[in-house]
Amino acid sequence: MPNAAYLIIVLVPLLPLLGFVILGLFGRKVVKNYSGGLGTALVFLSTCIAMWVGYDYFSTGAGPDGAYHAFKVLNIHWLSFGPGFSIDMDLLVDPISVMMVVIVSFISLMVHIFSLGYMKGEQRYGTYYAYLGLFTFSMLGLVLSANIFEMYIFWELVGCSSYLLIGFYYQRPSAVAAAKKAFVVTRFADLGFLIGILILSFQTQTLGFGELIQLLGPGGQSLSDSLSLPGNHGLFLGFPIVSWGLALIFVGGAGKSALFPLHVWLPDAMEGPTPVSALIHAATMVVAGVYLVARLFPLYAADPAVLHIVLYVGAFSALLAAIIACTQTDIKRVLAYSTMSQIGYMMFALGTGSGGNASGYTASMFHLFTHAFFKALLFLCAGVIIHRVHSNEMKDMGGLRKQLPLTHICFLIACLAISGIPPFSGFFSKEEILSAAWQTNKFVYGLGLFTSGLTAFYMFRLYFSVFWRRAPGHGDPHPGTTPLSMKLPLVILAICTVFTGFIPFSHFITSDGRPGETPGLGPNVVPPILIALLGIGIAARLYYKESSRPGRAAKAVQGLYTFARNKFYIDEIYLFITKKIIFNGIGRPAAWIDKNIVDGLMNGLAALTARISAAIKGAQSGKVQDYAWFFFIGIAGLTVLFIYIYT
Amino acid sequence: MTQVPLIHILFVSTALFFIGMYGLFTRRNMIMMLMSVELILNSVNINFVAFNKYLYPEKLEGIFFTLFIIAIAAAEAAVAIAIIINLYRNLRSIDVEAADEMKF
Repeated sequence: MPNAAYLIIVLVPLLPLLGFVILGLFGRKVVKNYSGGLGTALVFLSTCIAMWVGYDYFSTGAGPDGAYHAFKVLNIHWLSFGPGFSIDMDLLVDPISVMMVVIVSFISLMVHIFSLGYMKGEQRYGTYYAYLGLFTFSMLGLVLSANIFEMYIFWELVGCSSYLLIGFYYQRPSAVAAAKKAFVVTRFADLGFLIGILILSFQTQTLGFGELIQLLGPGGQSLSDSLSLPGNHGLFLGFPIVSWGLALIFVGGAGKSALFPLHVWLPDAMEGPTPVSALIHAATMVVAGVYLVARLFPLYAADPAVLHIVLYVGAFSALLAAIIACTQTDIKRVLAYSTMSQIGYMMFALGTGSGGNASGYTASMFHLFTHAFFKALLFLCAGVIIHRVHSNEMKDMGGLRKQLPLTHICFLIACLAISGIPPFSGFFSKEEILSAAWQTNKFVYGLGLFTSGLTAFYMFRLYFSVFWRRAPGHGDPHPGTTPLSMKLPLVILAICTVFTGFIPFSHFITSDGRPGETPGLGPNVVPPILIALLGIGIAARLYYKESSRPGRAAKAVQGLYTFARNKFYIDEIYLFITKKIIFNGIGRPAAWIDKNIVDGLMNGLAALTARISAAIKGAQSGKVQDYAWFFFIGIAGLTVLFIYIYT
Repeated sequence: MTQVPLIHILFVSTALFFIGMYGLFTRRNMIMMLMSVELILNSVNINFVAFNKYLYPEKLEGIFFTLFIIAIAAAEAAVAIAIIINLYRNLRSIDVEAADEMKF
C-alpha cells in the first residue's frame, strides 16, 4: 500500500474533533438530546477507519524484508525556525501508533455507547459528549504524532480535556479540587517533559522521533563523542546531558501515567463520571506515559542508567499501588490503584529492555493492549454497579450477583484477566512481562510476582465484596434495569478480554519492527498462576461471606494496614512540603519582601511627595499680590546677587 | 540757570518706582493696581530721559525708548482694563482677593 493511501488516518482524530466543535457550539441548544448519538456516530466512523487502517497495515504493511516500516503522512510545516529546523504537523504510521489508534478509538467508542445510558438525563449531556470528543481527539493526535513537540502539544490537550472531564460535576467542590489536582500534578511533571524536549532538540537539532532515534539510538553514533554540535558539553553533574533529557522526559511520562511519586492525582480523578474514568484509565491519559517511553524506546535502550530508573520506578509503583489497593473501600479507588499498578507493570516491562533484549518492549505493548480492554470492562461494570447502588462504597454493595447477572459475569472475566488466570488475556501479557523480567533482573521479577499475587487478592476482594458477601436480593434499594446501551459495551469488551490474549502479538509489534517469535509457554508460567490462585483463595476466604475475618486480618498487620489505608501518607507529605515548607519558607518571606520592601518603597515615595506638597501648598494662595511679592523678592534677591558678583 | 543734578532726578524716579511698588502690593482694587503699574513705568521713563539728557545729550535713543514704553503702556492699560471688566462681569467685584479660584 503506498504511503499516501494511509492519509485516510487523518480522519481518525479529526472526526472526534468535528464532534467536539459541533457539540461544543450547538450541543446545548440545537442538537441537545441527539448530541450523544452524534458524538457516538462520529467516533464509530473513526473507529471503523482505524480498524480498517490497522487491518490493512498489519496485513500488507510489511516491507520486502518482513519488517513493518514507519510512514509519515501529512507533511505540514507548521512553525519554521529556519532551514532544517521546524515544528511539523506530521502523522506517523508505524506498528505501535496503529495499534494505539485502534485501541483508543475502540475504547472511546465503547465509552461513548456506555455513556448514552449512563449519562442520560444529565443536564450537560451535550457538553459531556463534546468533552469526550476533545479527549479522544487529543489522545489520537498524541499517538499519531511524528515529532516530540507535536506530541507535547497533544499531551497538554489531553491534560486539558481530562481536567474538563474530571471536573465535570463542577458543583461538587471535591470534583473541582480533584480536577485542579490532576492538572497541577501533571503540569508539574510536564515541566520536566518540556525541559527534556528542549535538551534533546538542542543536542540533536531535530524533533522528529525517527531522526532522534537515528542520531541517539543504539545503531547511531554515541552522541557525546561524535556529534560536534554547539553546546554539546557532554556531561552535567556526572551524567551525559542526553541522559538528563531522557530522564526528564520520563518524569513527564511518569506524571501522566501516575507513577510514584506523581501518582497522587489518579485516585482523586475518580470524581469524574465513571465512563470517563474508564476512558482515562484504559486507553487515554495514563497510557500516554507508557506510550511516550515506548516511542523513544531505542533511546532509552541505549542508556542503561535511565532505563534502570524506568525499571525501578515502574516496579515500585506497581507494588505500592497494589498494597494501597488492598485497603481501599471505594470501588473506583480500588480500580484506580489497580490501574496504577498495571501501568507500573508496563513501565518496568519497558525498563527490562536493556542490552539488546527487547522482549520487554513487546510484552509492555501487549499488556497495554490487553489492559485497555479489561480495565475498560472493569470500570464500565463499576459504572453499572454505581448506577444501580447509587454509592461508591463497597460496604453498600454485596450480593449483587442475582440483580446484575450480566455485570457479574463480565466483572468476573475482567478480574480473572487482570489476575492473570489462563486463558484470559491478562495472563498472556503478564506472563510475557514476568518472563522478560526473569531474564534481566531477578529482584524485579520477585516484585512483579508478589504484585501479581496482591493484584489477584484485591481484585477478588472487590469481586466477592460486591457480588457475594451477602445473600442475593439483600435490600435492593434502587431496583431497575440496565439499559441496552450499557450492556452492549460490556459484552463486547468481555469478548475482547477473553480472546485478545491469543493474538500473536510479537508478530506485529517489536522494538525494531521485525516480526519476532512468540515466546513459548514454559514451566515459568506456573509461579504466577499459583500465586494468583493463592491471592484469589485468600480473598475468597476473607470476603466470600460476611465475617469478622477481614477485620482480624487487618488487625494482625495493623501498622501496615493503617499506613496503606492512608495511602502511605504521600498526600500528607506533599501537603506538608507545600504548605509548611514551601509556603512558610519561600512564599511568606517573598510576600513579606513584596509587601514591605517593594510596595513600601513605592508607598514611601508617594507619601513623601504628598507630605512635601502639603507643606508648601500654602504658597499657592491664588492671590495675585502674593505672587507679585514673590516675584519682587526674587528680583531683589537676584539684584543683590548680581551686585555682589559683579562688583 | 544751574542744572538740577542727575542724582536728584534719580531720587524722584526711585521714589516714584517704590510708591508704585507699594501701591501694587497693598491696593486690593485692580484699577488702583493698574495705576501703580503705570507709576512704575513712568519712573522708568524718567530714568531713560534723564540718562539720555545727562550722559549722551547728542543722542535720542533714550527718548525714543520712552516713547515706546508710553505706547506699550497704553496698550497694556487697554488689555488690563479688558481683563478687569471681564473679572467684574464674572465676580461682580474688582477686588483681587475675590479672584482666588486658582489656589490649591
